[in-house]
Amino acid sequence: MEQILFYCFSAVLIFAATMVITVRNPVRAALFLVLAFFTSAGIWLLLEAEFLALTLVLVYVGAVMVLFLFVVMMLDINLSSLQEGFTRYLPLGIIVAALITIEMLAVLDASHFGLDIVSAPAPQPEGYSNTKAIGLLLYTTYVYPFEIASVILTVAIIAAITLTLRDTKSRKAQVVSEQVKVRAEDRVRVVKMKTSKPDNDQEAGS
Amino acid sequence: MMDFVLYTLLPILLKIMLIVMPLMIAVAYLTYAERKVIGYIQLRIGPNRVGPRGWLQPIADAVKLMFKEVILPRQSNLYLFVVAPVLAIGPALAAWAVMPFDAGLILADIDAGLLYILAITSMGVYGVIVAGWASNSRYAFLGALRSAAQVVSYEIAMGFALVGVLVAAGSLNLGEIVLGQQGGFWHWYFIPLFPLFVVYFLSGVAETNRAPFDVAEGESEIVAGFHVEYSGMAFAIFFLAEYADMILISMLAAVLFMGGWLSPFQGTVLEPAFAWVPGLIWLLMKTSFFLFLYLWFRATFPRYRYDQIMRLGWKVFIPVTLVWLVVVSTMQVMDIGPWFTEASDLAETMMVEPAADVEQVQVDSL
Repeated sequence: MEQILFYCFSAVLIFAATMVITVRNPVRAALFLVLAFFTSAGIWLLLEAEFLALTLVLVYVGAVMVLFLFVVMMLDINLSSLQEGFTRYLPLGIIVAALITIEMLAVLDASHFGLDIVSAPAPQPEGYSNTKAIGLLLYTTYVYPFEIASVILTVAIIAAITLTLRDTKSRKAQVVSEQVKVRAEDRVRVVKMKTSKPDNDQEAGS
Repeated sequence: MMDFVLYTLLPILLKIMLIVMPLMIAVAYLTYAERKVIGYIQLRIGPNRVGPRGWLQPIADAVKLMFKEVILPRQSNLYLFVVAPVLAIGPALAAWAVMPFDAGLILADIDAGLLYILAITSMGVYGVIVAGWASNSRYAFLGALRSAAQVVSYEIAMGFALVGVLVAAGSLNLGEIVLGQQGGFWHWYFIPLFPLFVVYFLSGVAETNRAPFDVAEGESEIVAGFHVEYSGMAFAIFFLAEYADMILISMLAAVLFMGGWLSPFQGTVLEPAFAWVPGLIWLLMKTSFFLFLYLWFRATFPRYRYDQIMRLGWKVFIPVTLVWLVVVSTMQVMDIGPWFTEASDLAETMMVEPAADVEQVQVDSL
């Protein structure tokens, strides 16, 4: 049963990954990337890595890809101009692809990753929670790398904000405290007027 | 294979039906309740023509929508236009798999239930974005963009609020979170986690694009937002997804902060008098309260301006949750009762147990 599921997920994953690079429309490519993430999360679930699988969906599918789509949808990409340089860049592309293939072949072969060297992980006992296991490892053994990574991310956020935040003088910003302090008397003036028909003041007053 | 179908697949399918069918009926009557409640708040009667007191109104609406033509705009991206409603309804229904309705009454009792719900509900925004883009309409596209930015912003505040519950309960399993609140309503998490409770529910209102955060639809600004090009059943599916999400958020609020299926009279003199009430009834009553809040908000508050929504999410809710997380963690460590005495013991035992497991894993991998 697990094998059938694994092959189903793998087939969908490979299909989705191929579509990401072959589909012309960038929005559809991004959506296929979402599908690829989702199916790889499914494969991780089969490996009993439920925390990583759910976090993959939560972070990449739920947040990163949404922002990705957000940007891609607003781009007005001319498809014909994208294909213009195809023959010009082809030789360089082939060289890079060949290099990557050779490098991967050098490392990812049976002598390093064969079943006799890396045996299948033993199924965890019931009641085992890899959320707790990961949490314990992250906050004890690997606490310094973890903290350093978060500091680097904070620096990246601040850098991104300072790079995009230019010309603070001409920016139109709302002063929220002033908006909150506003009372009706500041904005609305009630003008008392003489009614034109004194005997029927209800209609005229409204 | 036959055994697998008979003893595994069939019961699960049956249970799914048992959850989805009442959910669909609940959605139908939630629309009726919405029109009635808002009607009475505005001193109107609301729907009262179809059937006795208008009770058949939702059925009539459903039949009408089913027989309406689904119009496919010629300039739209047809494939994505059809897929979008499916992307909206799928996550809205899938999230119900881990909802504990009563002690042991749950479809999939998984350990990381809370994480699962967060992950699955975060997928719901794709339906909105894809619908807005595929329609090839300015209004729909504006609605989709507004919705995407809003949902992504409020998800962070919501996630932090749920982390507070997680710290208090020491578990991601929804059933265990409910059991952590046992012992009378003063044990429920809405008291020690009150700011998180408020942030959670308001973020939930924002996540479901309901008033006063309904800029994604904003009738007065962008016609109907992301689903302006949809008609008939395709439109009805977006509608179903939105209301199913509302019920989900309300029931989650009841489970996480209001003791789920636990009786509010637990630990008081009234407990034996109400012992015959099944837990499901308590859960449904608590859920109805939150659903009423949704309708009440809609009838009371004018729509937020877009920049105010962003400000509320990023500059108010997230700092509030961050501060309160520190407070909750301190309360948890200091064993402040009545909420954190048992739970902290639970957490301590868990701290000891997996430590051994982790070492074992490391040894194995060596």
